[in-house]
Amino acid sequence: MRSPAIICEHLNKRYRIGRLHNDFPTLRDSLAETARQVVARLRGPHEPRQSNIVWALRDVSLEIGQGETVGIIGNNGTGKSTLLRILSRITRPSSGSASIHGRVAALLDVGTGFHPELTGRENIFLNGVILGMSRSDIARKFDEIVAFAEVERFLDTPVKHYSSGMHLRLAFAIAAHLEPEILLIDEILAVGDAGFQRKCLGKMNDVARQGRTVLFVSHNLGTVQSLCRRGVMIREGRVAADGKTSDTVAEYLRTLEEVSSASIANRVDRSGKGLMTLIELQVSTGDANPSKVLATGRPARFACKVDRYRPGASCAFDIYDQLGQPVTYFDSSMSSAEDVAMMGNGSREFVCELDQLLLIPGRYHINAGVTWNGELQDFVEGAIFMDVEQGALNGRPVPRETGYGAVCMPHRWLTPGL
Amino acid sequence: MSATPEVADQNRSTSQLIGNLNYVSITADRTSLSAELGEFWRYRELLYFLVWRDVKVRYKQTLLGAAWAVLQPLLTMAVFSLFFGKLAGVSSEGLPYPLFTLAALVPWTLFASGLIQASNSLVASQDLVKKIYFPRVLVPLASLLSGVVDFVVASIFLMAMAYWYGVTLRAQLAWIAPLTLLTLVAASGAGLMFAALNVRYRDIQQVIPYLVQIWLFASPVAYSGHMLPRKWQFVYAINPMVGVVEGFRWAILGSPIALSTTSISILAALIMLMIGIAYFRSAESEFADIV
Repeated sequence: MRSPAIICEHLNKRYRIGRLHNDFPTLRDSLAETARQVVARLRGPHEPRQSNIVWALRDVSLEIGQGETVGIIGNNGTGKSTLLRILSRITRPSSGSASIHGRVAALLDVGTGFHPELTGRENIFLNGVILGMSRSDIARKFDEIVAFAEVERFLDTPVKHYSSGMHLRLAFAIAAHLEPEILLIDEILAVGDAGFQRKCLGKMNDVARQGRTVLFVSHNLGTVQSLCRRGVMIREGRVAADGKTSDTVAEYLRTLEEVSSASIANRVDRSGKGLMTLIELQVSTGDANPSKVLATGRPARFACKVDRYRPGASCAFDIYDQLGQPVTYFDSSMSSAEDVAMMGNGSREFVCELDQLLLIPGRYHINAGVTWNGELQDFVEGAIFMDVEQGALNGRPVPRETGYGAVCMPHRWLTPGL
Repeated sequence: MSATPEVADQNRSTSQLIGNLNYVSITADRTSLSAELGEFWRYRELLYFLVWRDVKVRYKQTLLGAAWAVLQPLLTMAVFSLFFGKLAGVSSEGLPYPLFTLAALVPWTLFASGLIQASNSLVASQDLVKKIYFPRVLVPLASLLSGVVDFVVASIFLMAMAYWYGVTLRAQLAWIAPLTLLTLVAASGAGLMFAALNVRYRDIQQVIPYLVQIWLFASPVAYSGHMLPRKWQFVYAINPMVGVVEGFRWAILGSPIALSTTSISILAALIMLMIGIAYFRSAESEFADIV
């Protein structure tokens, strides 16, 4: 057994929450709430009522060896991030203990502490020190950081004039040059363009290969599987699965499927501002004989019903294969001349129609969300699980699970003649 | 639990993270004061950079830049000279009123702006507090210390003005250094307290400007403290700024000073600091959760 890098013993974390689901509080509600809060404060802040308590972590015990790369997966709000916040000492557990053997760097966000008025050069030093590097360390790695971020020309420009891409590249470059023994990372790879993401992943792979311990919280099951050998699933604040990443991911998808059998409107494992919500996602073949079972090469229709629709809102969904790897996504905010606005019939539905479904037969699931005013309003993971049956593409049969990807494309062969 | 010193040793590479020990234990309990002081020392470079950032950023994109360091006390001096000096005829211990009030306004500005900045600091840096671990006390302390640069500029201006008015500067001028420290002690006592309170109750943001205004008139900035009846002098000196302001006037202008009231002010400042630190430490663990 390797010597441990991180040991968690019976970690608990509870939060008190003032209000839940305050979508549109009326003035009267706010006044009543204020009065209630005043009374509650007079009673003293340290005696929360049971109903106001949320357990973000319950009895979490984990041992992570030196050099292990561990992915932590789970739904939104299940306590993954809380675990990371405790291990990085940003917040304390309510009870239980943890010990860490080695120098820690925690990246819960990229670019924390960047100051828009300071130049790129100044921010490299400021951010580096904030992340725990020493000034001499930063000076030594300065050129490397600048080269990695590809911002040489803008070093003496205040970062407020940077594009968001440059901003991100610089932030990640600094973080990537920390040389901790234990790296705690939360979801930061979810941002940035694909090319840079690949570069970051490469850098993180290097980190993992150098024998450092990596604890990686992510939603991207694909990234977790490619990066981590061990997967831990947290569900409702508890460790629900712990083992080989592929096993944990399979277990995660199984529980997700269980949850998704409930109607979307009733699900509580959702994220977003909540001004609009998803209430139904229907999948059908959408042709003359609508059927709930999709098949390769046949038309497909995804209908997303929303509650409290707001003009200008957009709908997006992603399709994942049975390993949790993303396959493709659809986004109504990327418009085309073919799009139709369904005026006047009071429709509260986003419908996405495909003439031909180009997925190979197999099991898939969809994460769906609605965005309004530039903010994610509602997002449901595993909104629906669906099977794609065997079919044909332009008359060509498409076999099940070839092991070579999840999509097929219409094509023709020109073969050597007689 | 088995500690692994040999692992810790083999990993001590050339790269050093300033913050983290090679072994960290995380529990629900509050860390000891000595452990916190150790952390504080390890993070001294961050303190330096936070001060550096605040100083650097303060006058970016301003027309007059660092001139504001002098202009702020100077403008207040002009207003006070007109209304208190000229119109109300407030006694200035026989000194020219503008000089009399400026000698007080320079340390007062350090105290007041430090207190205001420190009180808002944790809320203003909530991104940092929520995403990164470091001793939280660095944030209010850095915003307080960043005022020292302005203070030095304003002090030089004050000396120049004293010289211009024909005041002979004496050796007791050296006392300005400990008096500045006293100002910072008083400001950090109150600043730490309000910074921590502000995290929980944003009402503090509304209260601070009034508090500072009242505090100004409770300190002998616009008038002479010697105007007060003798028996009230000791109560009056509980306000640490009484000792600071009278000390500054004594060190620069040679005004009379009473050792007894100064001692009370020093004691009051130290008690304020202890209360501030104690409250800050009791609230600290919640910051990231509720800010």
